[in-house]
Amino acid sequence: MKAGSNLEKVLEAGKFAVTAEIGPPQSSNPEPLTHHARMMKGSADAFNLTDNQTAVVRLSSIASAAIIMREDIEPVIQMTCRDRNRIALQSDLLGASAIGVKNVLCLTGDHQTFGNERAAKSVFDFDSVSELYTFDKLRTEGLQSGGTVIDDKPELYLGCAENPFATPYEFRATRLAKKVDSGADFVQTQAIFDMDMFEKWMDEVRSRGLDKKTHILAGVIPMKTAGAARYMKNKVPGMIVPDYIIERMRNASDAKEEGIRLCVEQIETLKTIKGVHGVHVMAVMWEEMVPRIVEMAGLLPRPTVK
Amino acid sequence: MIIAERKPLGEIAMMVAPHEKVTVIGCRSCVAICLAGGEKEVDTLVSAMKLKSMNEGRTQYFDGFVLERQCEKEWVKEVEDKILAADVVLSMSCSLGAQTIGDLYPEKIVVPGLNTAMFGVPEEQGVWSEKCLGCGDCIIHTTGGICPIARCAKSMLNGPCGGSSNGHCEVNLEIECAWYAIYERLKLQDRLDLMDTVRPPKEWSTSHSGGRRVIVREDAKLTPHQIRGKEASL
Repeated sequence: MKAGSNLEKVLEAGKFAVTAEIGPPQSSNPEPLTHHARMMKGSADAFNLTDNQTAVVRLSSIASAAIIMREDIEPVIQMTCRDRNRIALQSDLLGASAIGVKNVLCLTGDHQTFGNERAAKSVFDFDSVSELYTFDKLRTEGLQSGGTVIDDKPELYLGCAENPFATPYEFRATRLAKKVDSGADFVQTQAIFDMDMFEKWMDEVRSRGLDKKTHILAGVIPMKTAGAARYMKNKVPGMIVPDYIIERMRNASDAKEEGIRLCVEQIETLKTIKGVHGVHVMAVMWEEMVPRIVEMAGLLPRPTVK
Repeated sequence: MIIAERKPLGEIAMMVAPHEKVTVIGCRSCVAICLAGGEKEVDTLVSAMKLKSMNEGRTQYFDGFVLERQCEKEWVKEVEDKILAADVVLSMSCSLGAQTIGDLYPEKIVVPGLNTAMFGVPEEQGVWSEKCLGCGDCIIHTTGGICPIARCAKSMLNGPCGGSSNGHCEVNLEIECAWYAIYERLKLQDRLDLMDTVRPPKEWSTSHSGGRRVIVREDAKLTPHQIRGKEASL
């Protein structure tokens, strides 16, 4: 065990893992976090706290982790390279570890032009690979990027993201390999709508043996409307949503129910793909649906691993 | 080269409004090539400013000329009398030229007529694009001759982020994804193995992050003897 987190135990025991995402509020009111934590408790093995996602200022992911941990829920903190240089990243990592956070997801981060602080100076001192590389050295050797060696090494379970649907497609498994070489214990993928394309990527991942070296959690997003599907297809760079999915959402008499069904079907398919060790449910602004989706997908109750 | 753009006329007018004698100085180097501060642009600006000043009821005198290279003291000194005669110098050079005049004549007010934008190249008539950030540690031999520090919005070192869409950048879908371009270039050169390398954190201390940079080359400096000789010849 590297950190002994619940997520690590579930994955290392060979169980099919479930993670879900909680978006922190834009204010300092912790209530939405507590609310979501209580509602989603027991429906996933660990919960991602996003780090100012889409570059919109929100309650920090580490503070959010501290808040949900009071509800006895395990966090995965997301840490992007957009807003912090290596001094702040390492400092925050040590701080997070000190308050009991074990799961850390290393991300380069959405560019600030997407968010509500477009005048910001961008940092990007690291990218996600050099972030993983540095955090891995910290946990294994106690080595900081500047060369200082520390005695008490943080116990971390490190993750990364990967997007099989961004160009160049043929490089995407190589990019995952670089992250695995740099210390990624698990990976949460971009939301998958095009199963054929995902399977092609998984073929490449398996042929390189990456599924043996890391745990792949396939990302899914339940959609509420056909408009949301169209938006993701047309407006979110690096997302592929096949037309038949948009059609299905449009023709549904109850779009929300169709979105849930579609998501559950996707999870059922993903469960059968060799090398996929779990799912990551990103119910953006629809967190209350997570327990139902996970139950419908036959993934409840969540396992308890000693 | 350095790419600059002229500031809006209104902003320039506001900067020079309190002054009567305005000397406009352009530059025949980079900013002439990027059509921002060469001969033609100085002439146009002087005419426009005269008109604007008159229309707005100010009594101002505008005089314009162009130097070979405004960032070099020797060229600037050649027009010392014109600079000293002005109430304000409106530099139509990049900020380097404007600062050279300011550093040579600290009592003079120098205002920038251009916004200095980037190190870039002319792509086609009327199009310039950024290609270097001057990070002080060039690595383009490992990236197919394409700089990811300047050409990737996130200065990534390990390949394209998840926002690379059909070879374009998530920040602006009109702009190519630098790492997509690097991948294609390396594929063409049969050097895709370079894409596999894990690049550790970059050493940013050679860039502006290490503080303002001053390069001293002892071998290039003049000896005291040479300095005396140069002074004698002037």
